[in-house]
Amino acid sequence: MRKLKLSLATLGFAALPGLALAQDAAAPGFDEIGPYIMTTLLFCMAGFLVFFMAAGFAMLEGGLVRSKNVTMQMTKNIALYSIAAIMYWLVGFNTMYPGEFNGFFSLGGQTVLDAVGVSAADAALDYASVGSDFFFQLVFVAATASIVSGALAERIKLWPFLAFVVVLTGFMYPISGSWQWGGGWLSEMGFSDFAGSTVVHSVGGWAALAGAIVLGPRLGKYKDGRVNPMPGSNLALATLGTFILWLGWFGFNGGSQLAMGTVGDVSDVSRIFANTNMAAAAGAVTALILTQVMYKKVDLTMVLNGALAGLVSITAEPLAPTLFGALWIGAVGGVIVVFTVPMLDKFKIDDVVGAIPVHLLAGIWGTIAVIFYGDASLVTQLTGIIAYGVFTFVASLIVWFILKATMGIRVSEEDEINGLDMSELGMEAYPEFKAG
Amino acid sequence: MIIAAIKPFKLEEVREALTKIGVSGLMVTEIKGFGAQAGHTEIYRGAEYEVNFVPKVKLEIVVPSELADQVVDTISSTARTGKIGDGKIFVLDVAQAVRVRTGETNLEAL
Repeated sequence: MRKLKLSLATLGFAALPGLALAQDAAAPGFDEIGPYIMTTLLFCMAGFLVFFMAAGFAMLEGGLVRSKNVTMQMTKNIALYSIAAIMYWLVGFNTMYPGEFNGFFSLGGQTVLDAVGVSAADAALDYASVGSDFFFQLVFVAATASIVSGALAERIKLWPFLAFVVVLTGFMYPISGSWQWGGGWLSEMGFSDFAGSTVVHSVGGWAALAGAIVLGPRLGKYKDGRVNPMPGSNLALATLGTFILWLGWFGFNGGSQLAMGTVGDVSDVSRIFANTNMAAAAGAVTALILTQVMYKKVDLTMVLNGALAGLVSITAEPLAPTLFGALWIGAVGGVIVVFTVPMLDKFKIDDVVGAIPVHLLAGIWGTIAVIFYGDASLVTQLTGIIAYGVFTFVASLIVWFILKATMGIRVSEEDEINGLDMSELGMEAYPEFKAG
Repeated sequence: MIIAAIKPFKLEEVREALTKIGVSGLMVTEIKGFGAQAGHTEIYRGAEYEVNFVPKVKLEIVVPSELADQVVDTISSTARTGKIGDGKIFVLDVAQAVRVRTGETNLEAL
């Protein structure tokens, strides 16, 4: 009986196209609209994965600061994400993707989405919906801003920090981003940065470095030639944060394929997933082994940083390498982190979570590593690295100095010691406990 | 024993000053308390509440009696900011002291 029903049903469905053809002109086939649908889907899904990296950053940073500063760190994270979203709509997205422009700068206006129920005739069938493109790019700029919040934790005032985020997400990131992903002068020159080792990670890192220099180290961090560790309040949260970032990175790198409508494209997305994962694992294991050898004990915080450095390292070219390639590129990222975290301390640059080693230094490495498997030369890569570096670092220094001179960026000594939660926010993260 | 409640940010300074005058050990606890320094009002989700206790750091130091006055003076001058909430110092007699590792008592235990 079932077989009969199925056959009848099949007959029925077989008849339908005939009916449809009688009514419309040819209904679009997969070749025409499929790629648009798949790419839009990719952007939406990759986008919400990268969105979740905001939670990853929040947990990682919250776990690595002392308990008296956790509420502030959480506030900074949710605020910066939200501000980034608004600034990107207001001016950022169209500044970064201006279409035809001089290759250096074109100030854009507000983003407007496709019409409700946009028809195939009106949609950008060779790409994806505006909404998905906007959303996907938006979560990237938010990641850049998060990098800054980790490095400057435990001594910065809230509102000046958020003012910096407004400038970073509305202007700095979009302008420099337009040079590469917006089709500007760097992309014309052959610079290669698949998912943003330079465009996102090093930009966040340069801004963080500038901020750390202008802000100064935490009280008591460097005293009489010694480096005083200030252990984090919750390493379980820090670990959770790292895993969430790792998860989000599949969207970060995978979505950057920017297409999923062909066999080649969707397979490429899977290559990217596999390579991204491998680089993270390699970075983690490298840090695991190195800290055991160097310090006689594994340092969890370094393992976490190592995994992230591996991820940043592969981000400039997650498609082309073999799995072995992803492994050694990620491993070098892990090495970089283990050696540069103490190195920053030697220069008295206080980076609370290791954001500068992970995002700036591994970001530079990742951008250079493109020459091994991807399509780029050392010259193009270095040009891009230096261009982004000079622009971001100098612009950031200017903004930080202006903020310092006008609003002041650092809390008072007493407030810093009592904790930002109480002094800036009047709200403790762990009101029943008293620790750190 | 000298018991001192001081402002938390003064702890490092006080510790250094005490080490300089020869204090070889001390105990530190984080406490909340109030004295002349009243609490303050905070707002949580639109509702005001009184924070009656202020964070302080309590030091407990056992020294030979000859050193006691110097310890009190050192803490007092180092921890002073001149503002309300600087803290209090109390001096108690200690009946006995023992070093756990060796069993030494009283002055040898310090």
